[in-house]
Order: sequence, then C-alpha cells, then structure tokens
Amino acid sequence: MAQPLVKKDDDRDDEVDYSPFLGIEKGAVLQEARVFNDPQLDTRRCSQVITKLLYLLNQGETLTKVEATEVFFAVTKLFQSKDIGLRRMVYLMIKELSPSADEVIIVTSSLMKDMNSRTDMYRANAIRVLCRITDGTLLTQIERYLKQAIVDKSPVVASAALVSGIHLLQTNPEIVKRWSNEVQEAVQSRAALVQFHALALLHQIRQNDRLAVNKLVTSLTKGSIRSPLAQCLLIRYTSQVIRESGVNPQTGDRPFYDYLEGCLRHKAEMVIYEAAKAITELSNVTARELTPAITVLQLFLSSSKPVLRFAAVRTLNKVAMTHPMAVTNCNIDMESLISDQNRSIATLAITTLLKTGNESSVDRLMKQITNFMSDIADEFKIVVVEAIRSLCLKFPLKYRSLMNFLSNILREEGGFEYKKAIVDSIVILIRDIPDAKESGLLHLCEFIEDCEFTYLSTQILHFLGNEGPKTSDPSKYIRYIYNRVILENATVRASAVSTLAKFGALVDPLKPRIFVLLRRCLFDNDDEVRDRATLYLNTLGDGSVTETDKAVKEFLFGSLDIPLTNLETSLKNYLRDPAEEPFDLYSVPKEVKSQSFAEKKAPSKKPTGLSAQPAAPTSAPDAYERLLSSIPEFASFGKLFKSSAPVELTEAETEYAVNVVKHIFDRHVVFQYNCTNTIPEQCLENVTVIVDASEAEEFAEVGTKPLKSLPYDTPAQTFVAFEKPEGVPAVGKFSNVLRFTVKEVDPSTGEAEDDGVEDEYQLEDFEVVAADYILKLGVSNFKNAWENMDPASERVDEYGLGPRESLAEAVNAVIILLGMHPCEGTEVVPSNSRSHTCLLSGVYIGNVKVLVRLSFGIDGTKEVAMKLAVRSEDESVSEAIHEIVASG
Amino acid sequence: MDLCPSVKNILLLDSEGKRIAVKYYSDDWPTNSAKEAFEKAVFTKTQKTNARTEEIAMFESNIVVYKFVQDLHFYVTGGEDENEVFLATVLQGFFDAVDILLRGNVDKKEALENLDLILLCIDGIVDGGIVLEGDANSIASKVASHSIDSGAPFSEQTISQALATAREHLTRSLLK
Repeated sequence: MAQPLVKKDDDRDDEVDYSPFLGIEKGAVLQEARVFNDPQLDTRRCSQVITKLLYLLNQGETLTKVEATEVFFAVTKLFQSKDIGLRRMVYLMIKELSPSADEVIIVTSSLMKDMNSRTDMYRANAIRVLCRITDGTLLTQIERYLKQAIVDKSPVVASAALVSGIHLLQTNPEIVKRWSNEVQEAVQSRAALVQFHALALLHQIRQNDRLAVNKLVTSLTKGSIRSPLAQCLLIRYTSQVIRESGVNPQTGDRPFYDYLEGCLRHKAEMVIYEAAKAITELSNVTARELTPAITVLQLFLSSSKPVLRFAAVRTLNKVAMTHPMAVTNCNIDMESLISDQNRSIATLAITTLLKTGNESSVDRLMKQITNFMSDIADEFKIVVVEAIRSLCLKFPLKYRSLMNFLSNILREEGGFEYKKAIVDSIVILIRDIPDAKESGLLHLCEFIEDCEFTYLSTQILHFLGNEGPKTSDPSKYIRYIYNRVILENATVRASAVSTLAKFGALVDPLKPRIFVLLRRCLFDNDDEVRDRATLYLNTLGDGSVTETDKAVKEFLFGSLDIPLTNLETSLKNYLRDPAEEPFDLYSVPKEVKSQSFAEKKAPSKKPTGLSAQPAAPTSAPDAYERLLSSIPEFASFGKLFKSSAPVELTEAETEYAVNVVKHIFDRHVVFQYNCTNTIPEQCLENVTVIVDASEAEEFAEVGTKPLKSLPYDTPAQTFVAFEKPEGVPAVGKFSNVLRFTVKEVDPSTGEAEDDGVEDEYQLEDFEVVAADYILKLGVSNFKNAWENMDPASERVDEYGLGPRESLAEAVNAVIILLGMHPCEGTEVVPSNSRSHTCLLSGVYIGNVKVLVRLSFGIDGTKEVAMKLAVRSEDESVSEAIHEIVASG
Repeated sequence: MDLCPSVKNILLLDSEGKRIAVKYYSDDWPTNSAKEAFEKAVFTKTQKTNARTEEIAMFESNIVVYKFVQDLHFYVTGGEDENEVFLATVLQGFFDAVDILLRGNVDKKEALENLDLILLCIDGIVDGGIVLEGDANSIASKVASHSIDSGAPFSEQTISQALATAREHLTRSLLK
C-alpha cells in the first residue's frame, strides 16, 4: 500500500468526524491519477483513485474540460486490466465523465469487445455505458449486438439492453423501433425484471398506436405477467385504455374492470395498491366499482408499515373529495390514525375525516385538531384549513365552533400562505353563511390590528368596505379602519381611505364623521393617500362637485367587468404602438381565456405523457382578432364579438381535414375553414368552400376569401362572410362543399404538375346556434352581481327536461346549450345529489350582461325538472335566454 | 418515461445531512446548489423522526421514503403520483444491499471506507430512473464479484499486490 486510501492513523479516536476523504483536494487526486498510465498496473490503487475522483464529483466538484479529457484518456488505459472490480469502476467513471463525441471513439472498440465477452457483468455494463455515451451513427454499428442482447439468456444482459433501449428511444426512436420483435420475445421472459423492462419498452415503442396498445393490454391481462413491477405497469396501461374507450353504453360495463379487480387479490402489496389506486381514479367511477378497492385500502390503514398507511390514507383522501359516502366505512380506522407518529399520515386522516364526517362528529373532531395544529408544518395546516372551510359550508349550523377555531389559529404564528388560507376561508364563510357575517368581520378586524402582511390587510379592508356598511352597526368597524390610517404603511393607508369612503357612501348617519377622518388624511405624506382622500371627499359631496347618489355607488363599488389579463395585453399593445386617440377601455376583449378554466376543472389530473393533450392554441381570441383584422375584406366588420371553438367538418383521418371556426360580429358572421391536406402526392389550389345557406334564412353571403394553394400537411384557411340583421341572434344550418383544383405532386422532387383537375369534397353541415351569441364572462361574486341587477328584468319559468342519465349530465347539457360561464364551481354536481343549483354568467350580443340561476331536481325515474331565473341589463335578453332553453 | 414507475433520486446522507453518495435521475434539480437545497430541506424535515423502519413524507410534490440506521440516512424520492409501495421497495433493496456489502456494519465510517461498493450498488439498482434490480442479494452479489476475470493470467497479480491484500485483511481483523 504505497499510498493508502484509508489513513489508519493511531490518533484516529480523537478525530470526531473521521473520514477517509478528509482534506482531499482535486489537484492532488488528479496528480494521483497518473498511476493509470503505469506500465505495470496496480489495480487496487487505481480503484482507489477512481473512488476518490467519484467522491469529489459526487460532492459537487466539477472538472474543467481539459481535466475531464485528461482523466478520460488515462481511464481508458485501464481497459488493459482484467480485474472485474476495477473494470466496473472504469465503467462508472466513463458514465460520470460523459465524454464528447470524438472522445467516445477511443473507448468504443474496448466497450464493443466487452459487449461480446463471455462474462455477463462485462456484457451488461458495457451495453449500459456504450448506450449512455453513444450517438446515432455509432448506434447503427452496434444495433446488431443490442438486438442479440435483448434476448440474451442472462437476465442482467437482457435488462441492460432493454433499459438502454428505453433511454435511446428518446433520441433515436427510428432505430429502437426496429427491435420490436426481440422486445416482444423478451416480454415472455421468465426473469421478472426482464419482463418488466421489455413491457415498458414495447409500450413506449407502440404508444402512438392506440389499436396496438389496446391489443397488447387485451392479450397480457389474460395473464402471463409474473413480475409485480410489470403488473403495475400493465395496470397503468390498462387504466389508460379504459380512459380512452369509456363505458359500454349498453351494459354499463367498463372494459378490463374485472382485470383491475382481480389485481386486488395479487400477493404483492405494490400491485394491490396500484390496482386500488387505478380503480379510484376511474372517471365517473360508481359506488359498486369502488367498494372492493376501498376494502383493501381500509386493510392497509391498520398496517404496521407507515408507507402503506400513508398510501392508503392519501388515496382515500382523494376519493373523499368526490365520493365521501364511500369512505365513511373507514372512519373508525381513520380516527385511530389521528395520533399516528407520522404527521403526514395524521394530517391526511384528519382532512379525510373532515370531508366525510357528519354533523354530530364535528365538535369532537375540532377538539382533536386543536391539540394537533401546533405540531404540524404550514403546508399541512393549509390543508386542514381548507378542509374546515368545506366542512363549514356543508354544516352551516356549526359555523360558530368552526369560526372560533379559524379565528384562534389566525392569531397564532404562521407564514403568509397559511394566513391567507385562513382569511380566504373566513371571507367565504361570511359570504355564504349570513349568520356568520358579524362575528367573522370582527375577527378579521382584530386580525388587521396586528397583521404583518400588506396584501392581506388591503384585501380585508376592501372586503370590509363592501360588507361592513350592510351590517346592523357599521360604526363599530370605523375604529379598526382608521387605526390603519394612523399605524400602517402607505399601501394599507390608501386602501383604508377607500374603505372609509365606502362607509361614507352607504351609511348616511356616519357621513359627517367620515368627512372629518378623510380630511385628516389630506395631510398624509404619501401622494396616493392624499389623492384618494381628496377624490373621495369631492365625490361624496363635501366639496364643490356633487355627484348623484347612484353614480357615487357605481364609482365606489362597481367592478371592472374586463378580465385583467386581457386589459394588460391591450394596454401593452397600446403602449407599443401609441396612437393619437386615448386608450379605449371598451376595445378590450371580454372573452375569458378558455385555457384558464379548463385547467381549473381538472386540477389534480396532471396530463401524464401519453394522455397529455396538445396545448390549446395560445390565446385563441387574440390570434383570431389579429388574423381577421389583417384581411381587408373583413376589416370593416368592426370589433369581433366572439369566436367559437373549432367544429370538425370531416371524420378523423380522411384525405382532407377541415374544421370551422364561427366568428360573430355585430352585423356579420365569418366562417373560418381550417383545411389540412393529408395526401403527400397532391397539392390543392384555389380552395373555396361553397356554402348553402338555404336553411339559414336571415343570412346573406357577402364575400369569400379563397385559398391559393394548399400543399401537403400545411394547414391554411379559407373564409366565407355572411351578413345578418344587427344585434339579432340569427340561427341557421349551413351545408358545405370543399371545391378545389387538384394537382399531382412528384414525391421525389416535390414539384407539382402544371395542369390539375377540378374536384369537390363533401363536408358535414354545421349550425350557428344561440350559444354563439353569448360570451363566457365570469363574475367574481355572483350574489352581489345578481342583487345589483334590476329585479324587474328577472324572468322565471320552469321546464321539464325529460328522463336524463344523471343530474350532472342534465346540468352540463344546459351549460353547453347556453354557452355561458359557470360561476363559483357550480358546474360540478356532487354525485348522488337529488337537486342542484348552477350559476351562470355571460354577455349577450350587444354587450348586455346576463346572469342565470338554474335550479335542477331529479326524481326516482330520472325525470329532471329545471327552474330557470334570468336577470339581465335588458329584459328582452332575459326573454331571449328563455327562448333558447325552450327551443333547445 | 411516461407511465413507467420511476425514481427521481437516491440519497445517502450522514447524520448532519452531508452527502455520502447521491444520484439524481430527474431534471427537477438542474444545478448542484438546487440539489443541495433539496437535500438540506429533506434532511431538516425528516431528521427528527425516528425512522428505524421505512418512513414516508410528501415534499415539494415529491414523495420521499426514508430509513435511518446509526449515522446513515437513506432516501429514495419519486414523483407525487408514484406508487409509494414501489418506492419503499427500492429503498428496501438499497438498504439491504448496503447492509450485505458492509457486512452488517452500517455506519458512516464503514460506508466511506467502502464508497466504491456504495457507488456500484446505487449504479446497479437504478439506471436513468428505471429500476434495474430490486432484490438486495442480487444487487450485492453483482457488486461484490470483485474477483479477477477467469480469463486473466494469474501472473498479472504482482507480489506486492498480493501482499497489500494480505496486509489489509490483517489490519481489518485486528481493528475489529
């Protein structure tokens, strides 16, 4: 041992933090690496030096390009040695160094030799190293060996080749796809892990071929899979297939459900849990389907292994959100988990209980939670707060104890996110439970007396301004608000001034006292605070300018009915290209970006790999508006009111794919046909759509914009414009024929022949419906908006919707029919509920705001009845909405 | 990697949260400082627990399973949708293999002195996030096959090497 790796000194016992790498330095180790070049290799020493290098890299040390190259070349010398241990360290080192392409060539031959060695360890590891560092060109050279390796007798070698294949598929898919015969053979392997790796690779090779995946799942679920890991994989593939195929409408059966249920009786816990999880995540899962999965999860709850308890309670927690009743059977087991050593398990148990608990158990649960709140981290506290909020909404009678709990934890220490969750919860409770209002407001007032977060203070002040004046004794809040003006920073002071003004506007007896307070604010040292005070004093009638009462209220309480993101983009556009005339607020589009609420609908379902849908075109309304205004023929039509989602006019995978987008203007409608030519041997020219509007009497064609040329696989648009009566929601049916000149294209040169043939292609019909005239526009507080709307404009009627599959289906149908924006999450119908109220908002053509309140009821024979109440700024629009429903 | 059960990282830390050996398979932590921050956070959060058997926690929408023995902390991390039982199996395989390789002396000193074995062990368990081998005995036997290749001539082992081996065995047995 010339220079031992381990310094076994006598004084080692004094060394508290003893480490063989103590005082190690990169420079010295690189010096030591010269032993790699010795003619007579000392394998032990070389191994030690490599270990030191790997230690340094592992600690985050980096090598410069030159150092790395030097080490790499030195390491390649070590292929001379036949010591297996050293060779494995060499493999590790090469992978760690990730050499560049020209360096790779140096080791290729050595590695290829190892790939053909008789020793399994060499073959397996050489494959892994080579595949890690190789590029496409080298891969074709070694492809033959890799194919052999996949079906190698030794499981180590086969697995190494298969796993490398999975990695290579990302970079060189066309090569790996050629191995599918070998991979298929490996799926039948007796070695558990080879089977797992082969299945993973086979699925990835075929993942874009839905039919092939379906076949794969069908044949394998019949049972030839032994490895638990492969079984888990198969469960994931199966639930993917289930997701894509849906429920059999005749029998109500779900394909492959039996297979999933069978897996619940597997001997490996990993498989049982995977299957149970898959069942709970099925879309629209029924109680009958859930039961067996819940039963095994319940058994896991009392397992001695924390991992199993955690997995089970986490899954049950998710189930409780959608099917609280299904989880109630587990409540007793769950309650014993509240005192679990593992805090994550305890928190999940508590929140699940809160979701499934009944009114009588609330007080007991709250007591248990209070004991435990101080022990857990903020992120879990937020979970608890959210659970308590939903519990309170479920049992409004219990608001007193829940509100007390919230105000107690509000006073304790906590970070911003946590405090915000509490404040949000109190605000929601105040809004939804009228009895809770006064006490809730006072709790909030006390909180802002000692609140370190400016954001929360301003939010609360704003809320207080809206709600405080409507309470029985508004004067008691003034002290808290004025204290802010004295004690806080400028931002909070400014919003306190606005809040005072709101009290002044709504509560006449307080007005003189508010004036006194506001006048004091005129001497504030911040501009914004002074400006606001001056403005409010004048609008409220203290100064020379006197506004009418209504105007004052509109000014103070009216909300901006434009989505802020749209306003921001419009303002940016305006600033980039400043015009003479001032910015017009009404030019901002009001359409809510569809993407944002699509995301909200499925917050937990992250798109995973295959199921990920291509992202929707970025901010479609903006793009459409830009596109249309760039076409001179349509520029005179004015401001675009709404663009529909694309409607497919062809079957999938036909020669020409066409869809249509309906653009609605005040007096015009423009149909945008998006065409794609899927035949490589053809090029289409002079593409137009001939529209027959005989079933759409109120529409008259005013122009078309043909498409010059439509080459293979490049989508392009042609347009047809119609005139219609102004502001009227004219409806009708349009039939379409695609007309074009087709020219043959030589696939080798890509050149089109000179003369073509005229041809037509029948497209499907589509309709312009009433929903096309309603913009989706959310309101932040439906109740307020509803009350502010003139009650005289209200139109109420009842409708029978006939027998329906479920309440949710009926609600959804009406939402789609009206094309309005569902507010406050009311589009979600809790399963098994017999009645439901859904709130919708939107803007009708002509910029008329419409609010809709729908009450649904379902009886034993699945007959659905609906009460429709509409308020809008224009009575005729309320009637129009009823007409839509009556005729729809 | 889509639906394949996968591991985001394997960590072996000491009782102060310092690295013994770590391996990352995911791009979630692109820089060394991001990795260190993650290790520190995970360590601080779990250090108070008594993880004689496999324990589990959620962390930054990752699931971490962990197990502590003496002054060594073993961690395996996976995505939030990962099968918890699968991660625990990987951790179990990792821990048991280390236990075999260190001949039952699972502590920091022994681990650092045999760091080559630990690194080979991690390399043998997971390749690019995909589990290569889960059974502790198989993992350990592959790592421990530290013999000379049967095809190699015996003369390659020099006298001094043979002596070095012998001397090391002696010191080791004396120190025990």
